[in-house]
Formats: sequence, C-alpha cells, structure tokens
Amino acid sequence: MDFFAQLPALPVVVPFVAAPMALLMPPGRIPWLWAVLVSWVSFGLSLLLLEQVWVNGPVTYAMGGWAAPLGIIYYIDLANALVLSLVTGIAAVVFPYAYNSVRDEINHGQTPGFYTALLLCLAGLIGVTMTGDAFNVFVFLEVSSLATYTLVAMGAGRDRRALTAAFNYLVMGTIGATFFVIGIGLLYQATGTLNMLDLHERLAGQDNRLVKAAFAFIITGLGLKLAMLPLHLWLPPAYTYAPSAITAFLAATATKVAVYIMLRFLFTVFGFDFPFLKVALDFFLVLGIAGMFIASLAAVFQDDVKMLLAYSSVAQIGYMLLGISLGTVDGVAASLIHVVNHAFIKAALFMAVGIVVLRLGSHQLRAFQGLATRMPWTSWGIVVAGLSLVGVPATVGFVSKFALLSAVFAKGGTMEIIAGFLILASSLLAVIYMMRVIKVMLQPVPTDGPFAGPVAAPPLTMRLMLWIMVGVNIYFGLQAQPVIAIAQKAAATLLGVDSGEAF
Amino acid sequence: MSFAAPFAPEISIIYALTVPLIGMFGIMLADKHQNIREGVTLVTALVTFWLVLGVFSAVGNGARPELLLFEIMPGLALSFKVDPLGALFSLIASGLWIINSLYSIGYMRGTNEKHQTRFYMCFAVAIFAALGIAWSSNLITFFLFYEALTLSTYLLVTHKGDEKAQRGGGIYLGILMGTSIGLLLPAIVLTYVLTGTGDFTQGGILAGSLEEGSWVVMALLGLYVFGIGKAALMPIHSWLPNAMVAPTPVSAFLHAVAVVKAGVFGVMKIAVYIFGTDFLSASGANIPFMWIAGFSILLASAIAMGQDNLKARLAYSTVSQLAYVTLGAMLANSMGVMGGSMQIAMHALGKMTLFMCAGAIYVAHHKTLVSELSGLGRKMPITFAAFFIGALSIVGLPPMGGMWPKFFLMVGAADAGQLAIIFILALSSILNVIYLLSIPIKAFFMAENGRDGANEDGSGTKTIEWGNLREAPFFCLLPPVLTAIGTIILFFLVGDLYRFLEPILGGAYG
Repeated sequence: MDFFAQLPALPVVVPFVAAPMALLMPPGRIPWLWAVLVSWVSFGLSLLLLEQVWVNGPVTYAMGGWAAPLGIIYYIDLANALVLSLVTGIAAVVFPYAYNSVRDEINHGQTPGFYTALLLCLAGLIGVTMTGDAFNVFVFLEVSSLATYTLVAMGAGRDRRALTAAFNYLVMGTIGATFFVIGIGLLYQATGTLNMLDLHERLAGQDNRLVKAAFAFIITGLGLKLAMLPLHLWLPPAYTYAPSAITAFLAATATKVAVYIMLRFLFTVFGFDFPFLKVALDFFLVLGIAGMFIASLAAVFQDDVKMLLAYSSVAQIGYMLLGISLGTVDGVAASLIHVVNHAFIKAALFMAVGIVVLRLGSHQLRAFQGLATRMPWTSWGIVVAGLSLVGVPATVGFVSKFALLSAVFAKGGTMEIIAGFLILASSLLAVIYMMRVIKVMLQPVPTDGPFAGPVAAPPLTMRLMLWIMVGVNIYFGLQAQPVIAIAQKAAATLLGVDSGEAF
Repeated sequence: MSFAAPFAPEISIIYALTVPLIGMFGIMLADKHQNIREGVTLVTALVTFWLVLGVFSAVGNGARPELLLFEIMPGLALSFKVDPLGALFSLIASGLWIINSLYSIGYMRGTNEKHQTRFYMCFAVAIFAALGIAWSSNLITFFLFYEALTLSTYLLVTHKGDEKAQRGGGIYLGILMGTSIGLLLPAIVLTYVLTGTGDFTQGGILAGSLEEGSWVVMALLGLYVFGIGKAALMPIHSWLPNAMVAPTPVSAFLHAVAVVKAGVFGVMKIAVYIFGTDFLSASGANIPFMWIAGFSILLASAIAMGQDNLKARLAYSTVSQLAYVTLGAMLANSMGVMGGSMQIAMHALGKMTLFMCAGAIYVAHHKTLVSELSGLGRKMPITFAAFFIGALSIVGLPPMGGMWPKFFLMVGAADAGQLAIIFILALSSILNVIYLLSIPIKAFFMAENGRDGANEDGSGTKTIEWGNLREAPFFCLLPPVLTAIGTIILFFLVGDLYRFLEPILGGAYG
C-alpha cells in the first residue's frame, strides 16, 4: 500500500500511538521534544491532506478496510481539512512554546503525563475533525475532553483554583457529551446508521418528534462544548487557571473544533431539508448577538487578563454563530474564516500572557504595569494581536469582520442589517477591553509592590513562537485570499451548493 | 512647474517611502555619533524631499502615478495613487521635515534632551507614515498609515518619560486610537460594504449607493469627521493640548504639520472623494458639521485667549485653525474645498514658525509663559520678528500666505449662502489678532518683567550673544526665519497653487 492511500488515517494515528510512548520517557526535556516532533509531523501530514483535498476533492477512507455501513469511515472535505490544518498548525507552534512555561508551572515528575495528555488531546481533536461517523465523533470528543480536564487540573501547581475549574469543566463537559450521545442514539433509532452521509440521506423528509429531539439534544450538547452563550460558564475559569500553554492551545483549537462539528451536523447531517433547521438558525442569530455583547461587556470588567481574554473568546463564538445563522455560503464561510483567524489571534494573545506569567508569576492586570518597558517585544506582540482582535486592517481580525459584515449585509434582511450595526458596535467593546490592557502596559514600571524589581528577558523559544504566531496574524491579514478561498469552497460543500461563486 | 524627475513617479513613490525607513536604520546605527546621526537625518530628509518633488511635479503635469502593494482580497488592496491634494501634503510634510531637522539639532542639543537617537528614528517613521497617508488611494491604506502615524508619534509625545509625559501620551493614544478604531474603522467598513469599494474617486463613490436624504449619510459623515481624531474637531480635540508635553520640535512639526494636517487632509479627501461635494451638499448632511466646525473655530480661539502657557495657546490656536479645513470640506463647494486645501499648506508654515519661535525662546531664556515675555523682543529681535510674520499669516493679513485660505473660505461660504459663516471667519480673525499679535507687541514694547530663567540656572544653554542680544543657537534661529519668509513667498505663489489644486474640484473647474 502506498503512502498516499493511507494518508487520511495518519494524522490521527500518529499522535495516538505517540501519546502513551511519552509516558514511558524520563521527565524533563525528552517528552517535550517528542510532542514537538509529533505535532510537526501531524502538521505536515495535514497540509498534505489539505493539498490533496483541494486538488482532488473529498477523500474517503475506511478504517481497517471495513466499508461504509459497518465500519468507520473517515470523510475529509475542505471544511475538515482546513480545521485539521489549523489544529495541527497551532499545535506545531504552541508545543515548542510550551517547554519553559511547563517547566515553570508543572511538577517536574508530572511532565511525561502532561505531554501524554497533551498528545491525547491533540489526537482527539484531530479525530473529531476527520471522522465521518457520528458515534466516532462522540468517542474522539471524549478522548480530547478527558485529556483536557486533566490538563486544566494540572494548573493546580500554580493556582489551586484550577482544580475547581477543571471539575466544573468536567461536569459541564460530561453533560454536554451525554446530551450529544443521546442525540446520536435517537438518530440511530430513527435511521439505523451512524455514517454522516448516510444519515443525511435517510433523514431526508423525516420531520417527526424523534428527529427533532435528536437535533435538540445534539445542538445543546455541542453548544456546551463550544461555549455558546448561556452554556459558557465553564470556559472562563478553565481557561484562566489552566497552565499557560494549555490555554493557548485550547483557546485556539477546542472550541474551534466544536464549531466545525456543529457546522457538520447542522448542514451535512440535517441540512436545509430539515425544516426545524431554520428555527435553530434564528435562535443562533439571537444567541450570537447576545454573546457578542454580554461576554464582551463581561470582558471589559475583568481584572485578570486571562479571564478577560476568555470572555472575549466567548464573545467571538458569538460572531461565529452569527455567521452560521445566516445560512448562506458567505455567512458560513465568514464563520469558518473567523474560526481560523480567531485561533491565530487568541493563540498569540494567550502565548504572550504565558510569557508574562513565566516572568512575573501572575496574569492579573496589575502585573502588566510597565510591560512596554520591561518586555518590549512581548508587549508589541500583545498590541498587534490585540489590534487583530479588534479588527484593524492588515491583520486577520479585519478579514474576519469584513467577511462577516459583507455576508450580513449581502443577506439584506432587516434583522441582518440591525445585526450588522450591532457587530460594529460590539467591536467598540473589544476596543475598550484591549485598550485597558495596553494602557496598563504603557504605565511606568512599578517601584514597589509584588511586581517591582528587574525582570529577566523571556526565553527565546517562547518569544520566537509568539512572534511566529503574530507574524501569521499579519501575513494572513495581508494575504487573505488562500483562507477565504478555502473557506468559501468549504462552505459551499457543507451547504451542498455548487462552489465557484467568487467572494 | 517643471522639475527634472530622476525616476518615473511610480518608482519615486516606492523610493520616497523606503528612504525614511532606511534612514531610520541609519540613525539607529549611528547612535552614539551625534554628528553622523544628524547627518543621516538631514541626508534622508533631503533625498526624501527630492523624491517627493519628483512625484509632485509629475502630478502637476497631470500624471496620477499609481502603485499596488498588496491585494488583501479582491477589491481590497493596499495601494497608492497621488492626486494634487496628496502631492501638496506630501511636499509640505517632506519639505518642512528638512527645516525641522535643522531645528531639532539646535533644540535637542540646546536643551540636552535624552534619547535623541530614538527621537530621530521616530521622526523618520512618522514621515514615512505621513507620506503613506498623503498618497493612499483607498480608505484601508489611509487607515493603516494613519495608525502607524499615531503609534510612531506616541513615543515622541512621551519623550521626556516623566509622569506628565506619560499621562499626556496616554490621552494622546487613547483618543486617537479610540476614535479611529471605534468610529473611523466602522465607517470605512460600512463604506466598503455599501459600495463595494473604498477607492478615492473623483466625484465620490457613495452617490449611487445611498439616497441623498438618508440618515445613513449623516451617520456615516459623523463617523468619519469625529473618527479622524487627528483633525481635532471639537469635542475630539483634547489630545492636542495634551500632546504639548512633547519637545517643541515635535509640537512644531507633528502637531502643527504632519499629524494634524494628516487629519484634516483625511477629512478633506473623504468629503471630496468618498462623498463627493455635490452629493454632500445635496444631502444636507454637511450642514450640522459645518456649524460644529464654525463653533470649534470660535470656541478654540476663545480658550486660546485664556492660555498663559505659550505652547498651550498655540495648541488651541491650532485646534481653531484646523477647523477651518473641516469647515471648507463641509461647505462642500469648490471654493470651500479650495480654501480648506490651501489652509493645509498655509497654516502649516505659519504655525510651524510660531512653534519654532516658542522653542527658541525656551532654549535661550527658559521661558514658557506669555506673561514672562514682556520686553524680550529687544533681546531676541529676529525670533520675535519671525513670530510676528507667522502670526500675521495665521490671522490672515496680506502679504502673508495665510490670507488666501480665509479669502477662499469666505467666497465659499457666500456661494453656499451661509452668511453667518463669513461672520464667524471675520470674528475669528479678530480673536487671532488679540491672542497672537499681542505676544510680539508685548515683547517689543513693554518693559521687561521677571527674571531671566537661563541666566539664573545657567544650565549650559548655548546661545548666540551679541551686545544686548541673546538669541537662540543658529540652528534654532534659522528655521523659523526660513518658514516666515516662506509664508510671504506663498502669498505670491497662490496662482500656481490654485492651478495645481484645481483638478480636485472636478469637472466644472478642472
């Protein structure tokens, strides 16, 4: 069998096999190197896969050679190839960054376990993204989630509140997973299949209470996983108290994968033939707008920078939901574009915060006082990524907002136009909370208190990785066409519309 | 206007934008060697000016050089296209950079400022940004360079590094960034979404996409006019007086020329090329903003009268004079636009003269308050003569260039049937006479009061002394004299300037 025939299996198999091996390694540098190597290999494989899908169209792969109705099918089109490349790409940057931060925050003896959990989390996220089997989604979702609970709890070395945060996350996450699996069970009852493409065919025309219940269970379960507004309460503490590198990784990947899988269920499994979908989309419009405002407003009043950014993440989920709720190719594409771009933005910001935590031991806003003088490079990183979050031209954030607004105004209904203005208004809140951080950074270095005194320069790898991420923010802000083109085509495939419409 | 340009204007655009950046690195490398460092600044300024002159003369000959940098996505690009207004702004900015560099040498050494390398580096970046603003061909490019200008000048405003400078800098950054991201950016995105383009186009781009009477026109205009905080239209003006904590060369060049003019230049460009004067006047959305500008002119003048600190007085005077340009744009007819555009050039020279004189007074005598200046004119006759000429130009009296913008604005107001605006302009000139001309008169004719600060602490200020005279060092003295002469020369060049700017008025006049 040649390499390319097996390619679709490799991105998930490689980290899965590699994960337990990390556990056998001696604590310290070696498990880290192993994890970095695995992340780079996965990233390379993902890019190969993305290229293959872009050129040849969707790829189907039967796990273990068992064909569709019985076996598990991996079905990769542009939408998951894009998310897959994003997840592994973020891993390829965040894993190298993790070393110094982990050495500082995690017990030395726990490092092999830490990297094992990290690789399992990565493998789970990749699995969710690649599989074409509804139940397999649940399995991988739980693999990544269980690993995530462990990783968040490992923040306890620095702050004991990580334990309660992880416990909350575990309870909420498990409820979400349960809802999801109940929904899958109901779908199985209604159709007798678990393959997503099969499900779509067999659901066509079914509009009974059973299917509606399944739909509601699945959407609610996924809503919990992606921190949709009223179900978001687990996210801010989990992000805040998790180890720095974990926050950077999770913020850029976990919710993004959940958004992808939501798209997959909404449009591939159910699709527009399912009348109830419209109701859900209108619901998303309202929840999206509410999320943009309520979470942004909450972010404005945070005195903890990680908490602030976490609330901002919830708000950004609102933009993605808004894009989905339009139900048009442009809208879904804008949502996918924001999935990618927001991952770049938040990864950069949380990585910068991680550097501050490493050197000043705190992510309170007070610790940032005088940062512009103390760590000019890191500060510039925060400024550029912050501008990107706000949506300033020449950064990816602008591309996202622009795509979303164009989609909203192109739809052209009254609700949508109002939503457009609300998007603009909510960007103002982002200006306010980022400005708060930047203003504190510009203040003079404190002369007394816990954060006084000289600060050593941050490690080169961390700064380098931060600036690679910031560079990505600028590069794709100036060369937006690749991401837009892929997202556009992916959205068209998801919605089952002929692609070829120019942006 | 003929000038043998060395390169095709498109090439000159690239070079003129790169040279300041190369100069910045040169300044950084020459860090400890003062003379070489300032030499690099001057050479960079001269080369930049020479290149800009090439672009300027090409535009004067009817060319509209264009250059595409990046295409972010279809219909959205970073690109340049030089029109007469942009060419004029770039020429003023790069030309006065030379004069200001000379002045900086005198001032920074005269007052023994710290971090001089950073100072010159930031200046080079600021010029780069100003040129980018002047030549941008669409709103996105304009916005990017606008932000670059804010960021590069922030370090100049906080140059002294003490708490007062930090606070002033915080207000500076907060207001300029806040308004631009909060108001200007949404306006730009809205424009793109509504029209599908953001290119500066003769006659405007909104005409087909919005109805004349629509409230959206007024909302959009409001977002633009207040979003461009650098135009310092009241009530978005308070960053300007706060920016006066910067060393005087910064106030002279950036807060009388590059930064503030970038703001009003943007307002003018958006009025002419995004809204289009015809569409704007037909929509009636310009009227409220015209009144705000008129109000701003008078109120800022009134506040200026109460300021004893010389630089604060000049700052409020700038707020007032900037509103003239906004007023010209909001009159939305050809004479208003012409007057506003000329004001960009004329006020730059006049106000820069005044600031440089203020700096010279500080260097030679360590005096910052107007009330301390009595009798000082007899010690610094050259400085105060230059101040007098600059002040006359700001007031708008012949034979100073500052007269013309006022003249055209009054014609524009008459064309628009806004007689009250003519009254406001006249009243403002009278206020200018009171708070500006009183300064040299006091200095020449009143008896000296108070002690001489420089004599007292004797802190090694370098001065030119000759008999009873005690002037600022040569490099502080020459530049204001040059710009003062410049205001007189511009009075006679107005015909050329008019012909140069005529194409921006579009069909009927072009």
